Amino acid sequence: MNLSDLNGVTLILAIPAASAVVLALTPGYLVSARLNMLSAFLTFVSALTLFAHKPDTGSYILVDDLNIVFIVLNTFVAFTTSVFSASYIAHELEIGRLTPIQLRFYHTMYQVLLFAMNLALTANNIGLMWVAIEMATLTTVIMVGIYRTPEAIEAAWKYFILGSVGIALALFGTILVYMAARPVVGEGLGGMDWTVLLAHVSAFDPAQLNLAFVFLMLGYGTKVGLAPLHAWLPDAHAEGPTPISAVLSGLLLNVALYAVLRFKLLLDANSGAIAPGPLMAILGLVSLVFAAFMLYRRRDIKRMFAYSSIEHMGIIAFAFGIGGPLANFAGLLHMIMHSLTKSAIFFTVGHIAQVKGTQTIADIRGLTVSHPLLGWGLVVGVFAIAGLPPMGIFMSEFLVVSSTFAREPWLAIPLVIGLLVAFGALLLRLHGMAFGEPSGSNAPVKASWAPIAAHFALVLMAGIYLPPPLVAWFQHVASLLR
Amino acid sequence: MKGLAFDLAHLLAGGLVLVSFMLLYQDRLYSLLNVFALQAVVLSLSVAWQAYVQGAPHLYVTAAIALVFKAIVIPVALHRIIARLGIHREIEVVVSLGPTMIAGMALVALSMVVMLRVTAEADPLAREDLAFALSVVMLGLLMMVTRRNAVSQVIGFMSLENGLILAATGAKGMPLVVEISVAFSVLVAFIVIGVFLFRIRERFDTVDVQALDRFQEGRR
Repeated sequence: MNLSDLNGVTLILAIPAASAVVLALTPGYLVSARLNMLSAFLTFVSALTLFAHKPDTGSYILVDDLNIVFIVLNTFVAFTTSVFSASYIAHELEIGRLTPIQLRFYHTMYQVLLFAMNLALTANNIGLMWVAIEMATLTTVIMVGIYRTPEAIEAAWKYFILGSVGIALALFGTILVYMAARPVVGEGLGGMDWTVLLAHVSAFDPAQLNLAFVFLMLGYGTKVGLAPLHAWLPDAHAEGPTPISAVLSGLLLNVALYAVLRFKLLLDANSGAIAPGPLMAILGLVSLVFAAFMLYRRRDIKRMFAYSSIEHMGIIAFAFGIGGPLANFAGLLHMIMHSLTKSAIFFTVGHIAQVKGTQTIADIRGLTVSHPLLGWGLVVGVFAIAGLPPMGIFMSEFLVVSSTFAREPWLAIPLVIGLLVAFGALLLRLHGMAFGEPSGSNAPVKASWAPIAAHFALVLMAGIYLPPPLVAWFQHVASLLR
Repeated sequence: MKGLAFDLAHLLAGGLVLVSFMLLYQDRLYSLLNVFALQAVVLSLSVAWQAYVQGAPHLYVTAAIALVFKAIVIPVALHRIIARLGIHREIEVVVSLGPTMIAGMALVALSMVVMLRVTAEADPLAREDLAFALSVVMLGLLMMVTRRNAVSQVIGFMSLENGLILAATGAKGMPLVVEISVAFSVLVAFIVIGVFLFRIRERFDTVDVQALDRFQEGRR
């Protein structure tokens, strides 16, 4: 490789890959936690350089205005999570839940996961994208099971089986896309090259594309966590280490959604094929309403926020399904806001669960009294995720609702009901946890505040004032999505 | 020659569906493993025949991988695990045989109807291969749903992957990337599964997945 090949894309792939090897060989956990942070930070900086210089589109790698948003968000949350992870695992090691060997493994897997997600986001080849998402799934399966408790093993097993079935269906869909492309594009690499596919898709057989999209939607939809394919998600979030819950909710769900969006663009460009939007919108709406009602019965704090992730992925899928400039804009904004807010909530919840020694909601009381910072952090997070002004999620949800009213007024009714039900459930649970007589340990907490504060600050800023260049950028990306 | 190529490919792909049905009614783990190995052999033959017909030598690699890993290495390894856990006598089906077979037939009929109608314009060899492949995928899914033992769920998953490989090789000229990755993923999946089986063994005296479910109760 010569120096001219050294662009942002090679860096965001090479840094995690190299760090995975280095971390596998580094014994001390203090050193490896810092290396993990450093590597995630460098990856984030390299991702930022993509704004300045976009590499040329090749047959394997594609960087366009759509995926830059995903890549930058992905690498940023990955970096802040690595900061949180450093303080989180120090505590886990102290209480003996993780051994040094497991930690070494954990750090290696963290970097492999980042590599796989970046590869999935930059892949121009639909086969390569599939491989990358499968790789990301396998690494997270291993990380979910890392505590080796019966619950963790059960969660990992369930995640593995459902994730594999989803991914198998997605591969079948990928093969069908190739079959549809072959008569037009010819044999070989071109038939899996996304840019080539998009250029010729209008000549493809619509029936084959339809069938392919059903498989792709169900396959990758499982990974997005859309109901009724969501069964793995709450368990995987609740039983794994909390940094992994943050990464799953904040990043991996988005990556799977990105894959769905790419294929949606293909179908949109073929006039004979079914419109993919309604299918996405229905699945999204079902997930939203279902998850909103499920929120009431949760007893485990991480499980509750996992259901909230299903709810929000439903909103995002719904917004992209409705389509049009405004709804796409709202969907993009909501996706970013959800990633930032939800991962910050998981950071807070991780510290809460560690200091109280439990994840059961009923056993956590009076946090604002015993741990004011953590308690109010949780309050801010829940207010943000429930969609109260002035946080960014209020704005994006408002945009989703208003664009739905403009386009399909009837659909706005279940949408608003879902949002209100979820709102009620979250505030109900929050009240018991944040206020009243404190329970459990009063021990001071060594938390890493920087990532939590940074995420909430960004979410707050987006809710109050979005700079015009950013709005213009989002509008441009939204117009790419049709 | 064209006729023979077509007929043999047809025969082998149809054989794969047949073996998938055989997997459905095995109620002992050892015989299940043997039938799975048979399925892998048929798959390997089918892929090799495709390699010959299409003049695509790289498909021989896929065939070899199917033969070595799926027909020999994985069954032998699982055999050992079963022997070590002492669960070879276990009979474990959630849904009884009759309904399972009927559901299987319905799924195959569904795959045929869907695929043949949708791919009317594709070339006949590929489209019928694809219809068979979808049947194998569906039967694999059905097996995962109707079994509750971890080992048979894994075998169901691998038979599903066999269907995917059949589809990938039937699609003429599909880039090599994918075939290798499929084989690779099977390997990785197997490692993961192996790890899981041993971890499950550490905690329970059975690999019955339902034993895991009792830890769920009270948390829902």
